[in-house]
Amino acid sequence: MTVRVQEADFDIGAELDRLTGGNRRIGGLAVFVGLVREMHMRDGLHRERIEALTLEHYPGMTEKALEDIEAEARRRWTLEATLIVHRHGRLEAGDRIVLVAVGSPHRDAAFEACEFLVDWLKTKAPFWKLEETPVGEKWVEAHEGDDAAAARWASKP
Amino acid sequence: MKVRYFAWMKRTVGVAEEEIALPADVRTVGELVEWLRTRSGGHAEALAAGAAFGTAVDQRTTTFDAPLAGAKEVAFFPPFTGG
Repeated sequence: MTVRVQEADFDIGAELDRLTGGNRRIGGLAVFVGLVREMHMRDGLHRERIEALTLEHYPGMTEKALEDIEAEARRRWTLEATLIVHRHGRLEAGDRIVLVAVGSPHRDAAFEACEFLVDWLKTKAPFWKLEETPVGEKWVEAHEGDDAAAARWASKP
Repeated sequence: MKVRYFAWMKRTVGVAEEEIALPADVRTVGELVEWLRTRSGGHAEALAAGAAFGTAVDQRTTTFDAPLAGAKEVAFFPPFTGG
């Protein structure tokens, strides 16, 4: 029931405590944390490290898109609590980018809805990654695999 | 009406957003794209026929046949890469 887009880091423990606090109907809490992974790019014969990126987003639309995705998850599964926190701005390898947490009476719904939220937010929320490479800035291209991951939920309950 | 560009499209067009007076014969997002292409070389390149980009009208993702009647803000952007 909560969507936040922020530049600051988040405290996973504090976020989960706040999400589940006082709700005794939650029997399972599924959590996904996305991190900036260290990437490599080929530059001639050298492999160079990419150690930072900047996440641009569309303020206003981002929140609406995430709320729509969250509402769709709650339509498909019986959920007691949902949380999406997505960061923007400059992030370095190892930094947290996104937190998705889903609480439900039973674990199946929590796992499935959490995976659904991550798959859909990757393809339906307006974020763009700009990598800092040794030869300059480079916009990350969308992966076909992400589209396929999002599409597999189209025919689910 | 406000037109906004994101990610590489913003750099190619040269501005993040612009205020336009919509011509009466521009009724859909697709017609707006054709009209915007004539504004500058940057517009023509960013909004080229073969370029992969999406659109939103009033901050909701939509398709290029969407009508513009009453729209306050139209955005163009490359495929999303968040998460």
